Amino acid sequence: MQRRFVSIWFRQLLADWQLIRRPELSGVPFIFAASDHGRMIITAVSELALGFGVEVGMRAADAKAICPGLEVLDDKPGRPRKLLKGLGEWCVRYSPIVAIDEFAMDGLLLESTGCSHLWGGERGYLKEIVSRLKSKGYTVRVAIADTPGAAWAVSHHGKVTPLIPVGGHADALLKLGPDALRLGETVLAKFRKLGFYQIKSFIGMPRSVLRRRFGEDFLLRLAQAIGTENEVLVPLQVPVPFSERLACLEPIRTRNGIEIAINKLLENLCKRMQAEGKGLRFGVLTCYRIDGKVVQVDIGTSGASHNISHLFKLFQLKIDQIRPALGIELFVLDAPKVDDVEVPQEEMWSSKPGLDDQSVIKLLDRVAGKVGFQVIHRYLPAKRYWPERAILKAVSVTEKPNAPWRVDKPRPTELLKTPAPIEVMAIIPDHPPKFFIYKGVRHIVAKADGPERIEREWWLDQGEHRDYYQVEDEKGGRYWLFRSGHYGGENKYKWFIHGFFA
Amino acid sequence: MDAKRELFQKLQQDILLWQGFKPASSGKAERIGLGELEDAFPGGVFPKKAIHEFITVVPEQSAASDGFIAGLLAVLMENGAACVWASTSRRLFPASLGLFNVEPERIIFMDVRTEKDVLWITEEALKCEGLAAVVAEVNNLSLIESRRLQLAVESSGVTGFILRKDENKSASTVATARWRISPLPSQTEDGMPGLGFPRWQVELLKVRNGNPGNFVLEWAGEKFQEVKKVKKEIVLSEMEGRQIG
Repeated sequence: MQRRFVSIWFRQLLADWQLIRRPELSGVPFIFAASDHGRMIITAVSELALGFGVEVGMRAADAKAICPGLEVLDDKPGRPRKLLKGLGEWCVRYSPIVAIDEFAMDGLLLESTGCSHLWGGERGYLKEIVSRLKSKGYTVRVAIADTPGAAWAVSHHGKVTPLIPVGGHADALLKLGPDALRLGETVLAKFRKLGFYQIKSFIGMPRSVLRRRFGEDFLLRLAQAIGTENEVLVPLQVPVPFSERLACLEPIRTRNGIEIAINKLLENLCKRMQAEGKGLRFGVLTCYRIDGKVVQVDIGTSGASHNISHLFKLFQLKIDQIRPALGIELFVLDAPKVDDVEVPQEEMWSSKPGLDDQSVIKLLDRVAGKVGFQVIHRYLPAKRYWPERAILKAVSVTEKPNAPWRVDKPRPTELLKTPAPIEVMAIIPDHPPKFFIYKGVRHIVAKADGPERIEREWWLDQGEHRDYYQVEDEKGGRYWLFRSGHYGGENKYKWFIHGFFA
Repeated sequence: MDAKRELFQKLQQDILLWQGFKPASSGKAERIGLGELEDAFPGGVFPKKAIHEFITVVPEQSAASDGFIAGLLAVLMENGAACVWASTSRRLFPASLGLFNVEPERIIFMDVRTEKDVLWITEEALKCEGLAAVVAEVNNLSLIESRRLQLAVESSGVTGFILRKDENKSASTVATARWRISPLPSQTEDGMPGLGFPRWQVELLKVRNGNPGNFVLEWAGEKFQEVKKVKKEIVLSEMEGRQIG
């Protein structure tokens, strides 16, 4: 399908806006002015003031001299963008892709591909846009063409018809001046100096010549207008491919009602996702309340899913966070992140249980939804001797260890997060302790194994090595003790308890 | 008269079945490797569809319980299923589980802040049929909470292990079995120096419809082994009992 673009030019955006806000100004010429290097420079002019010869870029003091009774209003930077954003969001009714005209900051660009037939063709489409905006108080000029560049040119500078037929945009451009190409003032001055008043007078020139004289930017603009270069519009609202909405006749206030709404939305959404082989990874439920507030809750899954009951259970955990207040009138369910679903093959006899078992993955999703992903840990072996670093957190649920777990050395079932200092009586140089005092209790050592020396990883941190002993006291308690450092070295040695054996 | 007795037996069997005990006669007897200890359970079968409670007051006991549970998990997770371990203050060192034939990477640890979250996770996990077992470390468990866990277990068939630090309210839960595992001095072969296999005093404090008892077990490298005729020694748990009175 041929892509079509509409350009809407608000001829006097600020002035129109001011007139809508303050109708009493309708008989008064007024201007907007902003301070620039200590002078007030005019940034926007009303229709009446234009009649007196007041122009944008003049000094406000000069304009006052020309035009008696001129009203000077303060202009704020960024106001046009704010206004255009509001107007653009309103224009989403005409097309899902609406972008602000970043070059002149006084218009909108719409991609109308596949939209205009809803208003009975392009003529009716343009007419609708113009008349609706006019009824609000904005005077606009519109144009529709195959490229955003051509539409912009025709809307700003075209004189004949705003409706450029498919494939006719290049012809329409020929008669226009170089200023229709969205160029900077310095480049335009060069064109004037060289006597190029129409695009057709230089469009046939070799590219290298044009590039040398007018720069790369000019060539890009020309290519965008002709359509040899693709121009990407940055939409104000990124359309979400998977989105469902549910409007309610009566405002919803109860948990039951919200559950029914979520279920209905999920039914529609999952049906669509299933048909396209997609599954939800991240979902946002937006609730529009009748008092104008918006409440949002979101869910995430660890694997793409279009299972209604599973997704519903995830939302169920979040319902408590939805405050309906006076009632919710509109529910919107978006799935900004979807992934391809791997349809698991039905196993003939019985599915093999494991970490990738569907029910386990659903459990993890529920826990992550309620408590958070950060609480779920799984460990893989690390090829390290230092006990604290011997385990490694797994990144995903299905990650497999790339080395076997070591079982040749004794390791305690319970390991203290940080070794606790103990008092010890031991025979030097390397005998295990005779007894040790931990938390005020004296343990007399009956049996012992060791020492197992574990060197500190010097490339990571500095300090003493550890000599580990596995000891058993008279009552049968088994402990993992270590001495940090040599006896009689410069650094003082210390004894610690690091764990409990089964 | 015989008819009546048969009826009684039939009803008793039914009740046991509902409570999660499998009758011994159903096919080959499923042993979990605890040896004679399993005869303490009704029908001589370790109840997998049940909540097992472990009283761990001191860290030595909790380390012993961890080891004992790990030994059981080795059998329960044989089919490749995963296990969930929920706790607020976990000390278990995953790298040590390999000594008990458990693959540590198949255990999903959930380290949360509050006891409430532990209980919520435990209940949800016990409902999840794809898991082999769920281990939860809690300080306290009320009757109502334990009932909820029991109901979850009955529908899914996942084995639940509760490690409880508080001993005083021991009578108020509906656990199928209550254990206390305390470490015993190990013994080496022929009096060699050093430590032997981990040896435990396994006290089965309560078994529903079974016979509680006292056992001495050893983890003999790959499986549990019962130790007969052990001479009376001072046991940690007994000391504790005396202090409490």
